[in-house]
Amino acid sequence: MNREDIIKPENLVYRRTPVLTDNVMHYCPGCGHGTAHRLVAEVIEEMGIQEKTIGIAPVGCSVLAYNYFEVDMQEAAHGRAPALATAVKRLKPDFFVFSYQGDGDLAAIGTGETIHACNRGENITMIFINNGIYGMTGGQMAPTTLEDMKTSTSPYGRDTSIMGNPLKITELLAQLPGTCYVTRQAVYTPALVRKCKRAIRQAFENQKENKGVSFVEIVSNCNSGWKMTPTAANQWLEENMLPFYPLGDLKVSK
Amino acid sequence: MKELKLMKGNEAIAEAAIRYGVDGYFGYPITPQSEILEHLMAEEPYKKTGMVVLQAESEVASINMVYGGAACGKRVMTTSSSPGISLMQEGLSYIAGAELPCLVVNVVRGGPGLGTIQPSQADYFQTTKGGGHGDYRLITLAPASVQEMYDFVGLAFELAFKYRNPAMILSDGVIGQVMEKVQIGDYQPRWTDEYIKKSFPWASTGKNPNKPHIIITSLELDSSKQEQVNIRIQNKYKECQANEVRYEMINCDDAEYIFVAYGSSARICQKAIQLGREKGIKVGLLRPITLWPFPSKILGELADKVKGMLSVEMSAGQMVEDVLLATKHKIKVEHFGRFGGIIPTPQEVLHALETKIIGG
Amino acid sequence: MTEEIIIAGFGGQGVLSMGKILAYSGIMQNKEVSWMPSYGPEMRGGTSNVTVIISDERISSPVLSVFDTAIILNQQSMDKFEKSVKPGGMLIYDPNGITRHPERKDINIYQIAATDKATEIGISKLFNMIVLGGFLKYKPIIQEEFMRKGLEKSLPERHHKLIPDNLKAIAIGSEIIKAYHTL
Ligand SMILES: Cc1ncc(C[n+]2csc(CCOP(=O)(O)OP(=O)(O)O)c2C)c(N)n1
Ligand code: SF4
Ligand SMILES: [Mg+2]
Repeated sequence: MNREDIIKPENLVYRRTPVLTDNVMHYCPGCGHGTAHRLVAEVIEEMGIQEKTIGIAPVGCSVLAYNYFEVDMQEAAHGRAPALATAVKRLKPDFFVFSYQGDGDLAAIGTGETIHACNRGENITMIFINNGIYGMTGGQMAPTTLEDMKTSTSPYGRDTSIMGNPLKITELLAQLPGTCYVTRQAVYTPALVRKCKRAIRQAFENQKENKGVSFVEIVSNCNSGWKMTPTAANQWLEENMLPFYPLGDLKVSK
Repeated sequence: MKELKLMKGNEAIAEAAIRYGVDGYFGYPITPQSEILEHLMAEEPYKKTGMVVLQAESEVASINMVYGGAACGKRVMTTSSSPGISLMQEGLSYIAGAELPCLVVNVVRGGPGLGTIQPSQADYFQTTKGGGHGDYRLITLAPASVQEMYDFVGLAFELAFKYRNPAMILSDGVIGQVMEKVQIGDYQPRWTDEYIKKSFPWASTGKNPNKPHIIITSLELDSSKQEQVNIRIQNKYKECQANEVRYEMINCDDAEYIFVAYGSSARICQKAIQLGREKGIKVGLLRPITLWPFPSKILGELADKVKGMLSVEMSAGQMVEDVLLATKHKIKVEHFGRFGGIIPTPQEVLHALETKIIGG
Repeated sequence: MTEEIIIAGFGGQGVLSMGKILAYSGIMQNKEVSWMPSYGPEMRGGTSNVTVIISDERISSPVLSVFDTAIILNQQSMDKFEKSVKPGGMLIYDPNGITRHPERKDINIYQIAATDKATEIGISKLFNMIVLGGFLKYKPIIQEEFMRKGLEKSLPERHHKLIPDNLKAIAIGSEIIKAYHTL
């Protein structure tokens, strides 16, 4: 078999989706952000909505997400992505609108915007990367940081009597009438990646039916912030994050 | 006994907060000043002095926590960098309006917007001309060394309580990140509740059965009363302007030219002075330590003696407006600066003096 | 005496801590010191550098564009800082990973094969101390007793047992540094 035989379209197993740009991502090797980006991009490609999608990037490690998604993107101030998404969707209701946020952005500084966008039932998709830490600023405590977990601002472990409890924001949002689909996924094994992609697809499909907020939490790693190798971080995620943040659908409205 | 340490400017702020007996710190991480919260969390002052340290969910929350703490007569503070300080403006206006003392530290980075995390001095206008709404001022101290980062925590609280007004330490990424020698003081005890009750009758310390209750507010719907509040606040500012101006003069005695610069720019200018004097240029430095109140009087006096001034700032030219006001166009005044996180070199600064002022 | 130094290499090579130990030792010897790191995302696996100034006088600018000495530990830093050495100044570099050797003729250039030496004798973690030893041979601005005190101050207590090894690494550095081009 020569090269020409191999590169026939019918032999294609994998290619980079054109909804991601050529830019080299700046994420640390092993970080879950890259995978999450790919899944969102693939869903947009498969639904054929690249030209009708507007994404909102947060402030956090994924601040440069606008360089990676080949769709129109807006860069919000820290925590305010749901506010921008609200306005975009209301002004352009035939567009698919998604926000992409970390835990600090979505569940600390932007809690108000998050809750109110969800409560109003904005017809948008919210992607939430929960890595239990502030990756971008160098590993400080996040609202989702686990009890006893060490970060640079909880150097002896999160003491919940002083620093408050890890926030299950996703459970909270599932209570709100404005959310139609709330699910928690992960992307550290191939099987979970496929499952997560189905969830993201659902979250975008829902926009066609004007059902309200579709919310996909992705429990992710931050090997740099956790100060672990990528493999150790994935193992740590499974053993520590998942018992507290169990995977699965929290709410699926008909 | 004073202890000598090698510290980052940011760490010095945190250490000073603990040792000066500050009651509460509320903050949200942002580069280039996250070491402040990190140092506080590592030191666990709540175990040593009972100081409260809390990572808030945003800067909006931080400044409003400070508002509440200040209303109780406690020494409370927050720190952040430019985008976070922008979020605090509403809160600062409320605190100034309610006439409460507190400390806010801004380790400035380059803007506008999310900008850059590298050093800048582009928040001068925001700090000295208002920032939030209404007629208020921030007492503003500009440290140029790690030692001053440490010392000004004490000074800022002293001034804030003296004038019942928020004080700001306006620093930048250089002074926050650089490590230098610092003399740190002994642990001073935190104020007791009795002391606060006795010293600050305006504070919420619990209803005294013989007195009306205390109200902390910045609201006054009756305009004639609100005007009186404004007049009282302005009188306080006049007193502050008369008494609290601080500055440093370096090589000014025989100077024909003056650099006006604060914070890290003042350090760069000192090097530029060395280089200039090696070439026979008689140049000195006036370093405002208080940016508000601004050292206008001494600048006016210097304007009668020297040929020109160069305002050196890591901004597009902000303080230069105050230098122009102070010198009343008697001499040539120009601005030189780099921005967006670029730090000017001493050589560039000297070159700017030669081309814009001496040759210009 | 004022010595203005830039130390530049990869994050993880101990660039910042080498500077810190030098600065602390300077304090112990009653000098004025300043230590100014590069900071920000460039630290993530990328290059990192620190400006250290040791002086008998009050230090003016902690940020500089020209230096008495540049200690260079990777190619990017060579490209960036070779030109920043003052004429007559000194450049020290570790040839490991260097693809373009320094070319200036108006400065003193020394090579120190610290990476190789550290790996050879199994003290990779003390690589930066070997480099520091090389520097101190030609710029003996800090005496050994103050280096010891500086190490005591800058290392956490639990690492104090490693101080003799650190001092040994400094001694090794002064032995293996060699001239590449001198004036
Ligand atoms: C008003 C304001 N405050 C603080 C910051 C600094 N900051 C940038 S990203 C970030 C936290 C990011 O954490 P997260 O949202 O969990 O994202 P991750 O980096 O972990 O993906 C902070 C505090 C900022 N940019 N703006
Ligand atoms: S710091 Fe953490 S979240 Fe950010 S890119 Fe690296 S691994 Fe990912
Ligand atoms: Mg995070």
